[in-house]
Amino acid sequence: MMGLHKKDLNLLLIVMVLALFAPFILNPFPTDSALAQFNAGYPDLMQRFVIFGIFAVGFNILFGLTGYLSFGHAAFLGIGSYSCVWMFKLLSYNVVPGILLSVVMAGIFSVAIGFISLRRSGIYFSILTLAFAQMSFAIAYSVLSNPAFNLTNGETGLQVYASDPQWLQSASAPNAPHLFGLPMRATETLTVGGWDFQFNVGYYMCAIIMILAFYLSIRIFRSPFGLMLRAVKSNQQRMIYTGLNTKPYTLAAFIISGMYAGLAGGLLSAMDPLAGAERMQWTASGEVVLMTILGGAGTLIGPVLGAGFIKYFENIFSKINDNILHQWFSALPDGLEDFLITIVHPFIGKGWHLTLGLMFMMVVIFLPGGLVEGGQRIGAMFKRKPKDTNGGLSAPATPAE
Amino acid sequence: MDALIIQILNGLDKGSAYALIALGLTLIFGTLGVVNFAHGALFMLGSFCAVTISRLFQVSYVVVDETKTDFLGNPLKVKMPYVSDWFGPEVGAWIIDWSVPLSILFAIPIMVLIGVTIERGLIKHFYKRPHADQILVTFGLAIVLQEIVKYFFGANPIPMPAPDAFKGSLDFGALIGMQSSSIIYPYWRLIYFAFAGVLITSVFCFLQFTTFGMVVRAGMADRETVGLLGINIDKRFTIMFGIAAAVAGLAGVMYTPINSPNYHMGMDFLVLSFVVVVVGGMGSLPGAVLAGFLLGILESFASTTWASNMLPGINQIIIYLVAIIVLLTRPRGLMGRKGVMEE
Repeated sequence: MMGLHKKDLNLLLIVMVLALFAPFILNPFPTDSALAQFNAGYPDLMQRFVIFGIFAVGFNILFGLTGYLSFGHAAFLGIGSYSCVWMFKLLSYNVVPGILLSVVMAGIFSVAIGFISLRRSGIYFSILTLAFAQMSFAIAYSVLSNPAFNLTNGETGLQVYASDPQWLQSASAPNAPHLFGLPMRATETLTVGGWDFQFNVGYYMCAIIMILAFYLSIRIFRSPFGLMLRAVKSNQQRMIYTGLNTKPYTLAAFIISGMYAGLAGGLLSAMDPLAGAERMQWTASGEVVLMTILGGAGTLIGPVLGAGFIKYFENIFSKINDNILHQWFSALPDGLEDFLITIVHPFIGKGWHLTLGLMFMMVVIFLPGGLVEGGQRIGAMFKRKPKDTNGGLSAPATPAE
Repeated sequence: MDALIIQILNGLDKGSAYALIALGLTLIFGTLGVVNFAHGALFMLGSFCAVTISRLFQVSYVVVDETKTDFLGNPLKVKMPYVSDWFGPEVGAWIIDWSVPLSILFAIPIMVLIGVTIERGLIKHFYKRPHADQILVTFGLAIVLQEIVKYFFGANPIPMPAPDAFKGSLDFGALIGMQSSSIIYPYWRLIYFAFAGVLITSVFCFLQFTTFGMVVRAGMADRETVGLLGINIDKRFTIMFGIAAAVAGLAGVMYTPINSPNYHMGMDFLVLSFVVVVVGGMGSLPGAVLAGFLLGILESFASTTWASNMLPGINQIIIYLVAIIVLLTRPRGLMGRKGVMEE
């Protein structure tokens, strides 16, 4: 179906179910229970899940397939955000032109940046993309915020003012980002027993776009083009010796992943019409690298998992404070309770980045395949070993060097 | 003329910091072949070494001085640092005043130890893994180090004064026979520049004129052959990592009076230092130093009002622009050698 193998179709269905039923899945605890702080089913966070999912899926097309580690993808996210807000300012609050322009603009910039950066590979490529992203950040932050041609509004961040032209804005349309009259922030709440399930228009739009983006990435992974990119990753030298020019392929991958990042940036602005330069800073680029690696680079579902994982724990961990810990450990004797809290304290709340950094190092050291590989290993532990049909002659599948 | 000299002088201190960090990065890169994203964090750790040591010097107890009273009429409470008990009040005051330069003595062993621990404990296991993995694990390490420092020292910058003797400024204009007070330059920046010069020279001398340095240079050129000659090259490279960490740490210690240390200062310098290394040429030590100073001075020229009137904010992007132009016209960087890190 839809040109997919059965396995890929299952994967797509899993992502579809996860995305469409997220308000239920992420809301397992009743609203007034003590565990409600672990609920993640509120619109703002769910939107972030899928938007960063798109970002990571796009990044994975470049890094997972070609092995080129870009440290500057946040630049495209920022470009997408700015273009979308500009469409709000110039045309109307309808999100469609904004998102389209953000994809196009990110595409244009990624052609230019990719063309230059891809002249080098390996570490040089990482550093070049890093330099470009920092340059874009500096340009957005200071150069383009001067009064003569204020494109980014500097430190304040670009936002829509009442004095903006908004040529196509009709009087009846809502005065906030909307999709043909359907405001993004409209939320239906369904109360069942003690549970409040929230269904947000913006979230569902992002979720559907994410499913489409995921489908596209499966098709890219399984296409001859994707195979070529993998060949580049495994041995570019050999590809060049066979007389193939690898540059168009890597450049295409770079542009595609840049456009994904632009799409994510556009969606971020569509959910909240404010674009700031800090979205382009290199720590933001680092974040998407973390997501992809943590989930599993080169796998289809890994980046989505990684993005969800990081965004979930970022919100939950940073909400936990010492009072909550005291509640949890209240059953223990006092001395032990205080001792445990002293140990846990640096890792929660504001210290969440420490936990993230440690977790990330652990994953890179012990589990280079990320969460997906971890899952596979656990699965393999419980599965019965298949009978050795080769009679013990199963040759290792490593290619000759 | 004087404007020209001012900008060159202003560029020197930042350029020194870039050159020192880039030197360490290149040393690690040339010996171990690892791109160390945690190098900025080592610079930051050096700064916080100075903060810790100066706080240790100031550990004090309270003495009630019966002869004086405070503004409420109570007996005055005087803080007595332990150092002035041990060494007498004058020496004690001097130690506290000179805490930043004195931190160097403590920072060297601490930073070497940290460097060797990082290399033996973590990076050693990554030699056979792809470069992307090395970048990622050191990036993770940088985050962890940064967050640990943030946990202990807080997120706000901590001001660190230079010794009183260096608090003023040098009237550079009068010194070279121009109108007095036309060029004014703080003493400490001059000291920083001199310190960087000494440090860089000693690293070069160490590599050039000692047997140890000769072996290390041989190992950089052809690791395998040196190993075949029965030399334990890994051990020497580990020590070089320690030295590179110490260089970054010392750059951080001495930088504290110029820029109050905060936990993310390392990251800010790291990105620029990478650019410096790339412009200088990967694996070329003189290239790293040259590019560090050049880019530092260039940045300071770009921050003049004349330049920012032409293109506002040019000082923020000039380094990246130059890096991109250099990489496109001279892919190996200014002084890069053929065959070093070109895959």
